[in-house]
Amino acid sequence: MKEFLIGNQIIVKAALSAGAEMMFGYPITPTTEIMSEWAKVSGKKENDKIKFLQAEDEMAAGFGMIGAVLGGKKAFTATSGPGTILMQDPLAMAEAMRLPTVSFIMQRGGPSTGTVIYSQQELVLICHGGNGEGMRIVYAPATLQELYDLGIKAFNAAWQFRFPTFILGDGYLSKMQGEAEIWDPQDKGLELTPATAYLGDPKNPDLIGKLQPAGSFIVKNNWVNLRNCFNLEEEIFQVNNEIKKAFDAVAKKITEHEAYQCETAEKIIFAYGIVAAAVKQALQEGEIKNVGLFRPITLNPFSTETARKIARKAKKIYVLESSLGQFASLVRDNLYGLTVPIYEHGKPGMGFAPAEIEKMLK
Amino acid sequence: MNKSPYPQCWKPETKPPRYCPGCGHLMALRSLGQAIDRLKIADQTIFGVDIGCSLLAWDFFDIDTIQTHHGRTIPVMLGLKMAQGKKVCIAYLGDGGGYAIGAQHLVNSSLRDDPITVILINNANYAMTGGQQAPTTLSDQITETTPYGKMTASLKGPELVRNINPRAFVGRGLAIQIEKTENLIQRAIQHQQEKNGFSFVEILAPCPTNWRLPPLEMKNFMQKMQDNFPIGDF
Repeated sequence: MKEFLIGNQIIVKAALSAGAEMMFGYPITPTTEIMSEWAKVSGKKENDKIKFLQAEDEMAAGFGMIGAVLGGKKAFTATSGPGTILMQDPLAMAEAMRLPTVSFIMQRGGPSTGTVIYSQQELVLICHGGNGEGMRIVYAPATLQELYDLGIKAFNAAWQFRFPTFILGDGYLSKMQGEAEIWDPQDKGLELTPATAYLGDPKNPDLIGKLQPAGSFIVKNNWVNLRNCFNLEEEIFQVNNEIKKAFDAVAKKITEHEAYQCETAEKIIFAYGIVAAAVKQALQEGEIKNVGLFRPITLNPFSTETARKIARKAKKIYVLESSLGQFASLVRDNLYGLTVPIYEHGKPGMGFAPAEIEKMLK
Repeated sequence: MNKSPYPQCWKPETKPPRYCPGCGHLMALRSLGQAIDRLKIADQTIFGVDIGCSLLAWDFFDIDTIQTHHGRTIPVMLGLKMAQGKKVCIAYLGDGGGYAIGAQHLVNSSLRDDPITVILINNANYAMTGGQQAPTTLSDQITETTPYGKMTASLKGPELVRNINPRAFVGRGLAIQIEKTENLIQRAIQHQQEKNGFSFVEILAPCPTNWRLPPLEMKNFMQKMQDNFPIGDF
């Protein structure tokens, strides 16, 4: 059924449709409505399985989410800006232990307190924050509909593949009001991956051995002991390599992108999220010819093969983002070795209007 | 019948334990193990350990256990309790995890009356990292980061929790008094099970490795600890 909602409300609907039962959060603009809307749902008597905690800070929110996930519940959090920074403490633990946390990150102006609505300056923090190797699944919706669709997908991906999973949006998407089809997974025959407990009951102890890196667990009968602290360099070398191997193995199943008008284009624009939506609108409604859009839907893992195939044929590449190079670094890294000139245009804190994009391309 | 001198819920495969000889943790873990045995809740308990010497207990028990980031054991155990309401959730911390880096979680968890049990080992220093000052370090005490003596006050945790939450179960014990401390821990756990509220037990523990005192002075220092941190129910 189509509903007219703001992005933050859509996130709540997606989480509920995906079978999420718990939200842990801390108020921060522009994500605060996600919490207040969830609190309205969880507060209703008939929803006693749906739980909510406004924690004392983002670290408590993230670690509370981890506790719930360990206990076998689909749990999520939402934050932005300075909250995203604090969230790296729990996210690093989730990364080390391959815990299926889901986090909605709606980027705002940085650095520091910055501004409260819009930017694209948390890409590095989300794709590669913490003190690990960035073994995280990151989806970047460009529209309100994608916010809903990918919101459900995030929970399935997290629990199926067991990596901390993210929806990387921004404040405009959070606050934008528009139409979205709030579909029921059951109607579409979409199976929701079930959550399973690591600690407590009911648990499948054999599953722990298949998921957790060597040395991080002890399974004896129905008792499970878990850690993320090791003694020897050799141990942590093995842990990192194991996690990477597992991540690379699922990367092909996860990577998604949109390639719009790229087949015969001479110029390719790389953009993600709402900037990509503006680019697409410029290409659809404007008068520019021979320009295509490559839009990663998963920022991590990145659709490297397809991106290179498309970029190789182009005469010029543009990278547009609301940051001074966070996305461009990712693009350059993935296109390394190609000789196509890359023109970066970054505007931290500011969006791109279709007319402006058209002007830039002429 | 359990023929082992160890509590039944102790994991025999990871003994002898890694703690220093004379460490208060070993005494506290015996009290905890005996309480769990007595209440028959090894299969109903989830145990969380912090960073520091509490971390060495990650594989100590035949009980579901999670080692968390420093100061974050309380929110993790809260999340676990929300997901696994029938389980007894215990957060096992040191004075750093509870009173410094994790202080805001202790304060807010007691304020919310979260139905978890927090056991905090107070040995007046940060032992695992080599004996730096803790919020509980005593006045004049020499530590790695107070080489000329600590100038500021010592934090009284159970008193703080009691001031925040009049309903919670709060107590302070002495590690060496194994049976008395076992009783304190048992009552704290029962408070979680029966009253569904917050329980907090601080245990005064010796740290021979970092206090670097000869035996007679160890005894005097433990007395000084008791004078500063009164034991009993609050």
